[in-house]
Amino acid sequence: MKPFEVENMSITFGKVTVLPAVSFQIEAGECFGLVGESGSGKSTVLRCASMLLNLWDGEARIGGKSVKDMPAMERCRTLQMVFQDPYGSLHPRHSIRTTLSEPLRIHGLDNQQQRMEQAMTDVGLPLSFLDRFPHQLSGGQRQRVAIARALILEPDVLFLDEPTSALDVSVQAEILNLLVRLRDEKGFTYIMVSHDLAVIDHMCDRFAVMKSGHIVEVLPRTAILDGSAKAPYAQELIAASLAYEGAA
Amino acid sequence: MADPILDIQNLTLRYPNAPTPAVCGVSFTLGQERLGIVGESGSGKSTVGRAIMRLLPDATMQADRMSFAGVDLLNASEKQMLKLRGARMSMILQDPKYSLNPIQRCGDQVAEAYRTHVSTTKSDAKAKAIAMLEAVQIRDPERVYDLYPHEVSGGMGQRIMIAMMLLTDPELVIADEPTSALDVTVRLQVLSILDDLVKQRGIGLIMISHDLNLVRNFCDRVLIMYAGRIVETLDAKDLDHARHPYTRGLLAAQPRIGGPRRPLPVLDRDPSWLSEATL
Ligand SMILES: Nc1ncnc2c1ncn2[C@@H]1O[C@H](COP(=O)(O)OP(=O)(O)O)[C@@H](O)[C@H]1O
Ligand SMILES: Nc1ncnc2c1ncn2[C@@H]1O[C@H](COP(=O)(O)OP(=O)(O)O)[C@@H](O)[C@H]1O
Ligand SMILES: [Mg+2]
Ligand SMILES: [Mg+2]
Repeated sequence: MKPFEVENMSITFGKVTVLPAVSFQIEAGECFGLVGESGSGKSTVLRCASMLLNLWDGEARIGGKSVKDMPAMERCRTLQMVFQDPYGSLHPRHSIRTTLSEPLRIHGLDNQQQRMEQAMTDVGLPLSFLDRFPHQLSGGQRQRVAIARALILEPDVLFLDEPTSALDVSVQAEILNLLVRLRDEKGFTYIMVSHDLAVIDHMCDRFAVMKSGHIVEVLPRTAILDGSAKAPYAQELIAASLAYEGAA
Repeated sequence: MADPILDIQNLTLRYPNAPTPAVCGVSFTLGQERLGIVGESGSGKSTVGRAIMRLLPDATMQADRMSFAGVDLLNASEKQMLKLRGARMSMILQDPKYSLNPIQRCGDQVAEAYRTHVSTTKSDAKAKAIAMLEAVQIRDPERVYDLYPHEVSGGMGQRIMIAMMLLTDPELVIADEPTSALDVTVRLQVLSILDDLVKQRGIGLIMISHDLNLVRNFCDRVLIMYAGRIVETLDAKDLDHARHPYTRGLLAAQPRIGGPRRPLPVLDRDPSWLSEATL
């Protein structure tokens, strides 16, 4: 298990500063939520921290080591990302076997067959699915494959960018249960982006509320119900979510 | 119910080359009420909405009855449908980005849609459009009238769509996932604006959504669809006392704020749901 921290992360696209200076710390093995309105910069934080974007200032450290100082191979074995859209994130003409074996081959890992089978078992898919293609799977099964691909290199930190937003509630339940189980078993540290505070409450220990590229407040999950949020936007978001759920 | 706005009996619809019908034996009536249709993706919700608007020319459609305010929708000519659509029945879709023309000012689109169905002067249509933008609680309607779609937020775009769809005083509005693309903080505002207008004007509303919370709070009655069929019909206030295992499964699978942190119950799909008589 490794902690993760971001210090003064900032990035500008053209003339637009999308992240002025974002900082937060996550403990080893914690599940940390990132919420806020669309366009507030949540995905950008994850894309910077995973070096999908590399022209940014500041630091992101996993277990004390800067992601910028990690060679690509080491970075892939330290952090992995799961995206919202299980359709877009898998190569349409690669079988599941190819999708899972490619990272193993690139990293020169032994026992490839055994690792692939373990990953399939970990995410609750039958081994026969190794020879299927993405279009032969349901949305939830595709997201399981994306998670299998993320965990096959045994990373320490998983970035989950709205991993269930495109799924039906019935399928979301399966994926959330899977993510909880994997964290218990493997000690992952999670950052999870979601627009759904019920999902955050179910999964996370703490969460950061973002608005216009700023973290306006970091809150424990208990703040959703106990009214302890101080930042006006955090209060507004929590109130709207409660009203929407019909709990208010 | 005296004189329903919409009366649909035993509607079955099949897309070309599809192995099974997308909608199968669906029956319901709609009065001046807010009717929710919920179910998972692919259960046939949007197909029902598009069938009512007769927007599926390639599909094979059968029904014992399908009438809208006295008009037989099964046999109406396309010319008759053109007069109904956008005038007496309107549809609001998920994402205003795709429903608004990107190169025309928002207000002009509202005014022009009105002029398609009501013969009036340009200046009268503009005045009506501005009044309607005000009715959807746009604070500065003259300024917003002149904006292009990319210059407005998602929530504002959806209010403009609502203004456009309600300006002709339709009897029926079909809203297909109208707020799924919006942030939770604006979602409630948009829904309550739509809700107020629908109630004030006595419009029959069909609210299509995958979201149980939405139909619970903004509908009177709810149809639950599974694999093209209606498996249960409930008053929205009784949603939590649903009897059908599918409805109960969907409700249980949803995490709730303050809920227990045990694994979420997952849906156990029973093949018999596909052969039950529809309710
Ligand atoms: N590659 C890019 N070029 C220019 N602008 C971008 C790029 N990526 C993101 N943005 C902008 O950065 C802002 C934050 O986007 P994003 O991180 O995707 O938000 P969120 O995930 O919170 O919805 C948005 O205004 C978006 O338009
Ligand atoms: N234009 C189309 N052509 C063929 N099949 C379609 C078309 N639109 C929808 N379908 C199919 O019909 C079924 C119902 O779809 P839809 O009504 O869009 O469901 P929902 O709105 O509940 O998600 C699905 O199996 C879908 O794949
Ligand atoms: Mg995002
Ligand atoms: Mg639909």
